[in-house]
This record gives sequence, C-alpha cells and structure tokens, in this order.
Amino acid sequence: MNYKSQIALVAALAISLGVSLVSGSIDDYFLDILLNAGINIILAVSLNLVNGHTGQFSLGHAAFMGVGAYGASIVTLEMGGSLMRIFGSGAFGTGILFLIALLVGGLCAAICGWAVGVPSLRLRGDYLAIVTLGFNEIIRVVLQNTSGDGPFGGALGLKGIEQYTNFFWVFGIAAIAIYVISALVNSTYGRGFLAVRDDEIAGESMGVNTVRYKVIAFVTGAFFAGLAGGLYAHLRSTISPEGFNFLKSVDVVVMVILGGMGSTVGVIVAAIVLTVLNETLRDFEQYRMIVFSLLLIVMMIVRPQGLLPESMFQRRKKA
Amino acid sequence: MSASLQLDNVTIQFGGLRAVGDLSFRINPGELIGLIGPNGAGKTTVFNLITGVYHPTAGSIKFNDLSIPGHKPHQITRLGIARTFQNIRLFPSMSVFDNVRTAMVMHQLHGITHALTRGPAYHDEEALIEKEILDLLDIFKLRDVAHVPCKSLSYGDQRRLEIIRALATKPKLLLLDEPAAGMNPTEKEELMHLIRFIRDKFDIAVLLVEHDMKVVMGICQRIVVIEYGIKIAEGTPDEIQNNPKVIEAYLGVEAEES
Ligand SMILES: Nc1ncnc2c1ncn2[C@@H]1O[C@H](COP(=O)(O)OP(=O)(O)OP(=O)(O)O)[C@@H](O)[C@H]1O
Ligand SMILES: [Mg+2]
Repeated sequence: MNYKSQIALVAALAISLGVSLVSGSIDDYFLDILLNAGINIILAVSLNLVNGHTGQFSLGHAAFMGVGAYGASIVTLEMGGSLMRIFGSGAFGTGILFLIALLVGGLCAAICGWAVGVPSLRLRGDYLAIVTLGFNEIIRVVLQNTSGDGPFGGALGLKGIEQYTNFFWVFGIAAIAIYVISALVNSTYGRGFLAVRDDEIAGESMGVNTVRYKVIAFVTGAFFAGLAGGLYAHLRSTISPEGFNFLKSVDVVVMVILGGMGSTVGVIVAAIVLTVLNETLRDFEQYRMIVFSLLLIVMMIVRPQGLLPESMFQRRKKA
Repeated sequence: MSASLQLDNVTIQFGGLRAVGDLSFRINPGELIGLIGPNGAGKTTVFNLITGVYHPTAGSIKFNDLSIPGHKPHQITRLGIARTFQNIRLFPSMSVFDNVRTAMVMHQLHGITHALTRGPAYHDEEALIEKEILDLLDIFKLRDVAHVPCKSLSYGDQRRLEIIRALATKPKLLLLDEPAAGMNPTEKEELMHLIRFIRDKFDIAVLLVEHDMKVVMGICQRIVVIEYGIKIAEGTPDEIQNNPKVIEAYLGVEAEES
C-alpha cells in the first residue's frame, strides 16, 4: 500500500495517546527526561530542515521557541478562563484550549520566521548565522525590557502557567513534525531543499526557486520551534527570557550537527542523547559548554557526516 | 516548438572591465551555433547574461520576443533555456537519479500540499516522474547507475549527466559551456554524436562554447567568434577557419589543446 507514512503517523499518535493514559505510573524523573527529549526532538528535527536539508546556517532557533512559549502562555494565562467557559473545563475543554494556545504560539513564531527570513535569506553562510543570532538576542532583550506587570512579565518572565503538557502532546507533535519534514524532503518537491544546500546557482538553473524554498524551510522550522516552545512553557510552568538565549540555540545546533546534517533519524538520536547528557551533566553546568565545544570540534574533524553510519538510512530504490 | 534567441548590442561592464561589448547575434529554432574565443574572451559571461545570472549594462536579450533581463534564473529556465557549467556543478550529495529529478520540480503540477498529504495523485505523479527520468537515463545509457552517487561517475559521465539534467527541464534552447573539457578523444567523438542527436531528437537549439576546434568545426552550423568581449567574426565553419582576424586572435594565445 501507498499509505505507509500516514499509517505510521496515525500509529505514532495512537501510541502517544496510549502511553499518555498510563503515564501516571511512569517514574516522575524519568517522565520529565522523556518529555524534555521529545521537545528537543521537535526542535532538532525542525532546525534540521533549515540547517541540514536546506543548508542555511540559522543560529536563532531558541528565539522562535521563545516566541512560541510566550505566545502560547499568554493565551492560556489571559484567555484560558473565557475559552474554558466556551469549551468546558474538562479534558476536552483544556485540550481545545491548549491546542489553540500551541497553534497561536506556533503561528507567531512562523510569522517571525517569515519576517526575519525574507530579508535575510539573501545572505549566505556566516552572514545568515550572524543575523539569526542577532534576532535571537533582540527577542531576548525586548522580552527582558517589557514591563514586569505586563503580559510578558519582564525579566522575571511568566509564572503559574498550567501544566497541560503531557506525553501525548509532546510525542504527538514530535510525530507530526517528523512526518511533515520527512514528507517534504522525501519527495520530488523536496529535491528543491537539497538543491539549495548543494548548489544554489545550479539549483536556479534547474528551475528551482531557491528563495522560496529557503523561506518555506525557515517558516516551517520556526513554526515547529514555536510549538516546542509552547510545550516547554506548559511543562515547566515558568518561563523567562534567559531560557531562550543564544546558548539554547547552540544546544539545538549541536544536536543537528551530531546527528548528521540532513539525517532525520540521526538528529532524533542526537536529541535524545544530548537530553540525557544534559541531565547527567547538570552538576557540572559550568563545564557543559566546554564539553559541547570539544564534542563539536572532534565531530567536525572525525565524523562530519554525523554519528550514525550513513548506510543505515540510504533509501533503497528499485533500479 | 522551438524558439529563437536574439541578442542586440549587449554590453556588460564589471567595474572598469568591459567583459562583453556591443554583442549581437541570433539563434534560430533548431540551430546549432558555436561561440568561441580565447580564454577570458567573455563566453561564459554571455551564458550568464542569457540565463539571468548577470544583467546587461546595456542592450537587449530577447527570447521569443520576451525580454530576458529582469527575470530570475529559475524563471528563465522555465521559459525554456537550460545550461551546463564550465566547472561541473552537479548536486554532489545526490544520486544520478536525484540530480535529474531536481529538474522535474518545475514541471510538477502538484506542489507542497501533495507532498504533505501523499494521496493517490501524489503517488501517480511521482511514478510518472520516475519513469520519465529512467527513460531519459536509458537514452544516454546511464540507467544502470541511476542510484549511485553522482560523484562516483567518471568525469566524462558527469559531464553527460549535467547535459541530461539540463535536458530534463525540457528546454527549447540548450547552452553548453565547454562540454568536451577534460574528455579523451573517444569521449569527444561520442559527445559530438550526442549533441547532434540531442538537437535532432529533442528538436532544440544549441549554443556551444568549446575550445576544441575539432568538435566546434565538426558540428556547428554557424560560429560566432569573440575576443575581449567584442564579436570579431561570424559565419560557417569554413568561413571562420579562413578568417584572418580569427587566425590572428588564436595565434596570439597558445594552441588550444586539452
Ligand atoms: N563577476 C565578475 N566580476 C568581474 N569580472 C568578471 C566577472 N565574471 C567574469 N569576469 C571577467 O570577464 C572576462 C570574461 O570572463 P569569462 O569567464 O566570460 O571568459 P571565458 O570566455 O568564458 O573564458 P574561458 O575560456 O577561460 O572560460 C574575464 O576577464 C573575467 O575575469
Ligand atoms: Mg568560460
């Protein structure tokens, strides 16, 4: 049958729901790591579309995550009451409320992605990295300087966000992110992303609208980062501008590089490994960046193609 | 349907350097035209002007009476002009098959939504595209290596793949930038057959930039010679070979072998 990928998606959603129903019996600490890993998978897979498949070096993924986190939190904090009066306060009502909040966060992030992407995607390589890094800092500084009593909460951020995030939301959205990005890339349409990465001039001469592909990659990546942000906010229940600084962007970039730019499976594995590593290195917080930097340098020298063997993912096509 | 290209007084200035000056020539439907000149004469620049990579400082370029400058390179490809590059520019991370597949993106009826929903229409179109690519590779005897990385092909085959990839855009005019460079004599011989074959089978016009005189004289109907960006001669291979200006231009530089 030709519906393999859709069936896989539905199965993943069903399993997420199933596990979610029994997640009460999972050890709290372990569940927390699991959910963090899931959120990181969403971040890494979405950044992989931009940095891996399309070959654009974005260093601002945390900013899109932050925009999504604030967008979603403001919806549940400010409008939660009135929305629940409409949809009820049961599981259904909170589900709808959370879905709306996540989508608002994702869309805000996507709009930011578009606004940053359209002017700056004419830049290449290092320049794009600098612009996205700058955007990351702008978002953080702007949030920090908002009024403490305003909807953004200033430097202290937002508190008391309901903990709606559970296994189903995290892994359901992770499954959707993986499906959307794999479906985009693994199609004739998707050759355009790879053409942009491999050789823009040759791509244009093959009729590929390289600017449009870059914008689509950027906006899609930002949207899923926004969703991840909403999930993160409703898991932690407090957020602050510092949580979405440039170092968080670097974390995600490291996942993409370790996973092997452009390999979805590799990036998922890397997201999980680094989440666990982050957790175990918690007591050595100040050395974490040193370890990451060394890891990156060693990777670039020894295995620039990522940790996993390439042959694992080569899609065998009938000749 | 073939189409014609008309250049009128095309000039491009890079700072103080006039890379192409006042150049005019025409390519009629189905014609096989050569564009020759010593190193640095401006041949590749002419290609870049025609394909929208550069914009002329003055003059006009018309393809089927449509003005080329102002269009982006991918739009010009859609109008029916395809090219190869002097330094091979395949997509290095892709297989032979996928290199050609990239050219199919612009012919797809269904875009991003179908790629996402993956319904029957999507699978039908993907199957159609696959067949089209394999048929094309078959004609050029590359079907057996369809799924190997393009980098593992021999140099000559990489050059041929670049031509196939350009053909897959279904052009009406094909621009070839030194396709024989780096080929051995047998490969060159085959290439001459290939170019003629392409012109006849696909009914397209070809503009050929080539340093190998045997190839150029052997297959071109008409040849345009430029030196320092200026046209110094135009005519049939016989006329060009006996043109004193051309001989002088070429005696100035060392013999063009390779
Ligand atoms: N983007 C550019 N900026 C400045 N000068 C350029 C540019 N592109 C080409 N030139 C100059 O224009 C002149 C013509 O170059 P071009 O590459 O078109 O020559 P060519 O005839 O293709 O030579 P070859 O036979 O070596 O391929 C050269 O002097 C080159 O340095
Ligand atoms: Mg040249």
